[in-house]
Amino acid sequence: MAENRLAIAMSPHVHSNESVKKIMYSVVIALLPAFCVSVYFFGLNAIRVTLISIVACMAVEWLIQKFLLKGKTTIFDGSAIVTGMLLAFNVPANLDWWIIVIGAIVAIGIAKMTFGGLGNNPFNPAIVGRVFLLISFPSQMTTWPTPQPIWDIKALDAVTGPTPLGLLNEGQMVDYNYMDMFIGNMGGSLGEMSAIALLIGGIFLLIRKVITWHIPVAVLGTMAAFSAILWGVDPTKYADPLFHILAGGALLGAIYMATDMVTSPMTGKGMLVYGVGIGIITILIRTWGSYPEGMSFAILIMNALVPLINNWCKPKRFGEVVKPPKEEVKK
Amino acid sequence: MIPIAQHIGAPAEPVVAKGDTVKVGQLIAKSTGFVSANIHSSVSGTVAKIEKTIDTSGYKNTCIFINVEGDEWLETIDRTPDLKTEITMSAEEIRAKIAECGIVGTGGATFPAHVKLSVPQGKKCEHLIINGVECEPYLTADHRLMLEHTEEIMVGCKIIQKATGAEKIIIGIENNKPDAIAKMTEAAKKYGITVMPLKVKYPQGGEKQLIKATVNREIPAPPALPIDVGCVVQNVGSTFAIYEAVQKNKPLFERVVTVTGKSVKSPKNILARVGTPLSHLIAAVGGLPEDTGKVVNGGPMMGKAVKSLEVPVTKGTSGVLMFKQSESVRMEENACIRCGKCVSACCMGLEPYLLKNLAKIRDFDALKEERVLDCIECGSCSFTCPAGIPITDYIRYGKATVTKILRSKK
Repeated sequence: MAENRLAIAMSPHVHSNESVKKIMYSVVIALLPAFCVSVYFFGLNAIRVTLISIVACMAVEWLIQKFLLKGKTTIFDGSAIVTGMLLAFNVPANLDWWIIVIGAIVAIGIAKMTFGGLGNNPFNPAIVGRVFLLISFPSQMTTWPTPQPIWDIKALDAVTGPTPLGLLNEGQMVDYNYMDMFIGNMGGSLGEMSAIALLIGGIFLLIRKVITWHIPVAVLGTMAAFSAILWGVDPTKYADPLFHILAGGALLGAIYMATDMVTSPMTGKGMLVYGVGIGIITILIRTWGSYPEGMSFAILIMNALVPLINNWCKPKRFGEVVKPPKEEVKK
Repeated sequence: MIPIAQHIGAPAEPVVAKGDTVKVGQLIAKSTGFVSANIHSSVSGTVAKIEKTIDTSGYKNTCIFINVEGDEWLETIDRTPDLKTEITMSAEEIRAKIAECGIVGTGGATFPAHVKLSVPQGKKCEHLIINGVECEPYLTADHRLMLEHTEEIMVGCKIIQKATGAEKIIIGIENNKPDAIAKMTEAAKKYGITVMPLKVKYPQGGEKQLIKATVNREIPAPPALPIDVGCVVQNVGSTFAIYEAVQKNKPLFERVVTVTGKSVKSPKNILARVGTPLSHLIAAVGGLPEDTGKVVNGGPMMGKAVKSLEVPVTKGTSGVLMFKQSESVRMEENACIRCGKCVSACCMGLEPYLLKNLAKIRDFDALKEERVLDCIECGSCSFTCPAGIPITDYIRYGKATVTKILRSKK
């Protein structure tokens, strides 16, 4: 009897075919151009750091799920890979392997699994890991190798150099070549330097509808506007907007880290508020803080405010703006 | 087999008994209230039995079983195909006729038509909006109807206009049916009706969404109705049925049903009489495909899966869909990653993820505060959820329970 096989289920009977896995692997794909650029500039070191970070993140998640929670393991849903990649992109390319592993333990073990795993973490795991390392290992985390094309023989004994933001923080106004910054030929963390590669990945994520325009535009727009005001007041003391957007982790943060679904607001309006907050805090820290870069701190601070933003920025309910029915108007 | 509850509201009361002979179009169950509808026989023959059985809704309901003998119609029904454009009846008579003929909304919700057309005292109907959007994806029944019975639908519009006193008539059609838009626009000219092409977007055919799209007004939260913003909405299928009732004296006992599925040999739109078992329709499109895993009565987003293929077509059966085995299995449920896709998908501006969580912890007060009753159960949130969470199911549970609590408080 064919009829006995008929499934009974509630509607809807169709699905968009989107899945958590597809979303996570899309982010991985979007990060590949930036990864290629860092391999070009940092050589095998870039591959080494990224692989260690990904493997460590997956391993920590697996160990916790298997032995502490004794439940299903979900390391192949892609979220640990994304965290691993982002963590690697946020550290210098010559970082020792054991520091990376500590970062992974903090990112996955403390920032993610403690709160109940994927979907429940209030803070972006990769950033928590990065900030932990930055505070615990300040010298290793701020010694950046100077980018050199892979075939350059000098790359073998890595030369370390300053980052544009580091110089700015020390009060030096440097005359950087924006074209170099755009391509990624500047000092910085592993995956944050190449604006062009990050933008390509960002456009891919927009097309795939993994992210919406709200957060990146709000973050970068606010940073540009805020720094433009400062620059207008005193161009010799403050850097110009383009410098702020191209330098440091602005693009990586705005496109990939701040947009993390789990830790960002649910509505477009909320995302704009959140993005503006990140932009303001970043420039504040960069300009007047003791750290040269403020993106990570800005995102963490705004992560903490997300539940409040969600409560405040409700979507517009259907029918709310309409004038009440005529009888009520008469009263 | 004809169920007596084919509409929203009170079920009808059978007026025939076992052994009675009936003709096509004869009244067999009488409306029992204002929000209720008459049921007519779709065949001629002898009443075999009246008993409770599982019908298309999946629940046990009283059904009237008729043994078919010949095909003898009531003489009062005008069976000629001629177009009758002159409207002789008064508004009062039109409403009475529509009620008598048991016309309900044929989009799927099956709300009795005469109720919608009775404009309450003190309210005014400015716009009559005719829904040519096709309520759900996959369905093409209304599309065919607009192509094949264009003129009849136009006359139907004028009839409803007379009954409601509407100032303007707008027919909304989605852009993916350019042939229907062209044909309807052409025909609409001489009737003074506006045809408005609309963006293709589910659920554009929802009453509230359609009013928003055509006249840019939003209905406030329930219990407000379209008439509160000066609108009356009818489906093209219902409009056609109203034409047939008023001009041809034909009760609603047959309708166009889309029968389709990915592995169906020859998908079709079938003019089917109410009471026809779904299995007959399926046979007409080449039989049930081997790989069928689920059969749905209605559309893919809001239709109901049926347990048996012997259940009948009702006034609200807009489609019969056969899903492949691979399409019938729900995806594994993962953790919510708070992506917000359900929030942007919700056509009512609700937060489905929040409603789901509140329903899970059974916080019904908060559910009401978050306006769970606004939900039209369109299914968009479940459709879009990358974690495969059946959000709509949770919300339905919450909505039903909140409704029950509110009723018990009264």
